[in-house]
Amino acid sequence: MTYQFDFGWLIGSLPVLLKGIRITVQLIVIGAVFGVAFGIACAWVRALGPKWLKPVVATYVELIRNTPFLIQLFFIFFGLPSLGIRMSELTAANLAMIVNLGAYSCEIVRAGIQATPRGQFEAGASLAMTPFQSFRYVVLVPALQRIWPALSSQIVIVMLGSAVVSQIAAEDLTFAANFIQSRNFRAFETYIVSTLIYLALAILLRQLLAGLGWMLFPRKASR
Amino acid sequence: MSLIAITEVKKRFGDNEVLKGISIDIAPGEVVAIIGKSGSGKSTLLRCINGLETIDEGSIVVAGAQFLPDEVHLKALRLKVGMIFQQFNLFPHLTAGGNVMLSQMVVKKTPKKNAEAVARKMLDRVGLAHKFDALPDELSGGQQQRVAIARALAMQPIALLCDEITSALDPELVAEVLAVVRELAAEGMTLVMVTHEMRFARDVCSRVVFMHQGRVHEIGAPEDVFANPRTPELRQFLGVQ
Repeated sequence: MTYQFDFGWLIGSLPVLLKGIRITVQLIVIGAVFGVAFGIACAWVRALGPKWLKPVVATYVELIRNTPFLIQLFFIFFGLPSLGIRMSELTAANLAMIVNLGAYSCEIVRAGIQATPRGQFEAGASLAMTPFQSFRYVVLVPALQRIWPALSSQIVIVMLGSAVVSQIAAEDLTFAANFIQSRNFRAFETYIVSTLIYLALAILLRQLLAGLGWMLFPRKASR
Repeated sequence: MSLIAITEVKKRFGDNEVLKGISIDIAPGEVVAIIGKSGSGKSTLLRCINGLETIDEGSIVVAGAQFLPDEVHLKALRLKVGMIFQQFNLFPHLTAGGNVMLSQMVVKKTPKKNAEAVARKMLDRVGLAHKFDALPDELSGGQQQRVAIARALAMQPIALLCDEITSALDPELVAEVLAVVRELAAEGMTLVMVTHEMRFARDVCSRVVFMHQGRVHEIGAPEDVFANPRTPELRQFLGVQ
């Protein structure tokens, strides 16, 4: 059995593909920035925050980490309109990714905070800093440095997981691939191309995150 | 008029009473060494003076700032007393200069330029002006501890608490840290130090407090305490018959 590869459709489909890439990149940038920021805020609550807020955040984290991302997405896009909260596919996809990454990064960042030696908090306190100032200026950066590889991996996982937002017709890369193969009937080639694009995006994202870590965290001059 | 007034302070960890009614008055410019076996409560007492531990009874007043466990009072207290730790506790992500600048900018809202000038001055004072841009990782233990001293001094405290500040150092690095402390003492800084450096305590301190089982067991001038220990506990601690 021989299979005749045909990539002739590629040129004509380029605009659709590029739009898909743009949406996927946009989703992950917004998702990563706000998701991690939200995760840091939640980590602060769980590790050091006010007592009354802790169970709220704990419930959120456990709820998100123990349910499928697809269901969370459906809940936001198909469920919330019943309460009168309507949003576009793209907004729903963004929100779902922020909420999802927020919960996972909360736990990752919390691990980093809790691995901080007690002496760091005490040094901050002895210099008359408030607990929040100690967290913000003393604890946070070394904590992020500690968990940066784990956090980077989680961001990549969420980026790859974003493929499911095509299920609510958000026009991401997977949506574009589905659309293209339904027109050209070249499913094999179409998914080879989209797989390679995801692979390239993931590698690029890892490099970017590694570079960001290199910028954010101090290094010894020697080495 | 005493600068630090510790009155009938009691502190319990659960059922374990570690401080059983401590009263000490420390005058401005005094250098007080607190000695005693581990578990005698000396570190706890020091940490109470800076509000790192709460107290169950009694009162601690530093230059009019009463120790009460709320943020406003704690801040007022901690602005008056600096603390130096056994493990240095430098901030690993900041340079030596950054360590000395941070609390000035965050707590006192000092503009960066002024904070940097103060930091350079303080690092110079501990002999580390050339290490302004070095990360803590790149410094020896002795240098790290001197940066920690500069960091505390930058807040212009009226007293410094030193919690076994040479105990984590290699023997050959102890001298450089003690030299800095000796200078501070000579300049009139009020110092309260928990220490195992008996020679240093004898040479530099104006008073020695021997703590035993959560109480001030003996207190006096170093000549008296070291030369004529009155109680068997102190004699045993000092290893004299």
